[in-house]
Amino acid sequence: MTKALNGEEVAKKIAKKFPGSIAAADKAAVVVTSKSLYQVAEFLKNTRTLDFDYLTNLTAVDYTDYFEVVYHLISLRHNHSVVLKARCYDRDKPAVPSVVSLWRAADFQEREAYDLMGIIFEGHPNLKRLLLWEGFVGHPLRRDYL
Amino acid sequence: MAIRTEPFILNMGPQHPSTHGVLRLRVTLDGEVVTDVELVMGYLHRGIEKLGENRTYAQIIPLTDRLDYVASMTNNFAYVLAVEKLAGIEVPERAEYLRIIMAEMMRIANHLMAVGFFLNDLGAMMTPVLYMWREREKLLDLFEMVCGQRLTYNYMRIGGVSHDIPEEFLPALKRFVAEMPGFIDEYDRLLSQNEVLLARTKGVGILPKDTAINTAASGPVLRASDVKWDIRRADPYSIYDRFDFEIPVGTVGDCYDRYWVRMQEMRQSVRILEQAIAQLPEGEACAKVPQLLRPPVGEVYGHIEAPKGELGFHLVSDNSIAPYRFHIRAPTLINMTALKDMAIGWKVADLIIILGSIDVCLGEIDR
Repeated sequence: MTKALNGEEVAKKIAKKFPGSIAAADKAAVVVTSKSLYQVAEFLKNTRTLDFDYLTNLTAVDYTDYFEVVYHLISLRHNHSVVLKARCYDRDKPAVPSVVSLWRAADFQEREAYDLMGIIFEGHPNLKRLLLWEGFVGHPLRRDYL
Repeated sequence: MAIRTEPFILNMGPQHPSTHGVLRLRVTLDGEVVTDVELVMGYLHRGIEKLGENRTYAQIIPLTDRLDYVASMTNNFAYVLAVEKLAGIEVPERAEYLRIIMAEMMRIANHLMAVGFFLNDLGAMMTPVLYMWREREKLLDLFEMVCGQRLTYNYMRIGGVSHDIPEEFLPALKRFVAEMPGFIDEYDRLLSQNEVLLARTKGVGILPKDTAINTAASGPVLRASDVKWDIRRADPYSIYDRFDFEIPVGTVGDCYDRYWVRMQEMRQSVRILEQAIAQLPEGEACAKVPQLLRPPVGEVYGHIEAPKGELGFHLVSDNSIAPYRFHIRAPTLINMTALKDMAIGWKVADLIIILGSIDVCLGEIDR
């Protein structure tokens, strides 16, 4: 059984290494500030005891006040998982750093979130629409898109 | 005098039989050798995620049929499991077994099609695929018996399955399970040591282990690269912990290994089917679940080992009758990330079999 790590405990480990990077944490997930997302992701991937080598799912949710980018991470070696989140409050230009250089699995998934939700992944090597055509206006999965 | 050359750009698809649907590959060629592949997709985009956010939880089940339409039973399965996890619904024992039976039948049907068309891509035009379809046809007949459909089943329900199996189902399934190992042996004799197949697939389109993990490849593509990761074992859902089966893995991660892993998985699925039929209990086929289900506020990510890889549903509930967010983690979309790595340096004809060995379904990629 894949062990879901307690978000609060993982958050403690992250906070020790990067003070001020945690925005919120509960049992299910760790929310980090979007500024520190990349270094936290790098820490989760390269720390031996955590070893999150497999980014299984990446998605974004529109909560109208903010966007939440959700990362479901698994470690194949330790068979445990964690949910990492980052929030962006700027509706016009929601941006988080891209994690493609850590997990290439993020390539299409970030493009999809950009296409349908309008999240800008800074540093993505090829951030363009994935499913909709290039001239399309708007991002259909936003709650205010009708 | 040096001859001036320049790269040649070839559009493969969207209307091309070898792309298994409406996928477009923008291939850069140096002579006949692939130097770059860019994927262009979305020709079949129907906005299923957006549609789902405007429907009740039960109304989404038929939408999931239209994702990977070659294996719609497992799509249903993944979705209802995610909703049950979100709402905390218990499923009757008999329904659990029926779901496992359907999922493993679906895996066999999917792999038959995957292997058959993989050989078609190799140029073995229609002969192997018709052998495979002989058995797939029997499976489709069985599916038709339980739900009246041959492609989009819409069989699973939140809390169980839509109705119990008819009387004639189990005898027919038992006959199939008894016959199937013999048919797999037949495919093996016909194909596995075939010189043309070996020459075209051994060492072609290698996906190294660390790239497979880094690109989050899943299913047979990941296991062919020697990673023993099967969600049925690693994170058992439903009642998979009760069955005895092996996880076949490849050695180098070439096209042959992906073919071989699928062949072995069919044998394992037959084993699971045998055990499930023997243990199938009597009882209800569906729990009592309110028609307008309102799961508590929260979110869930449920994933299963679908025939093509890890199929996941990310659901966010705001305690209304429709999900606030409905996201699909489609295995083939993410398996395609590594296509470039597999294809560069090979010829155009190899690109077609490399694509075939991933086992793509555009209904799922484009959603």
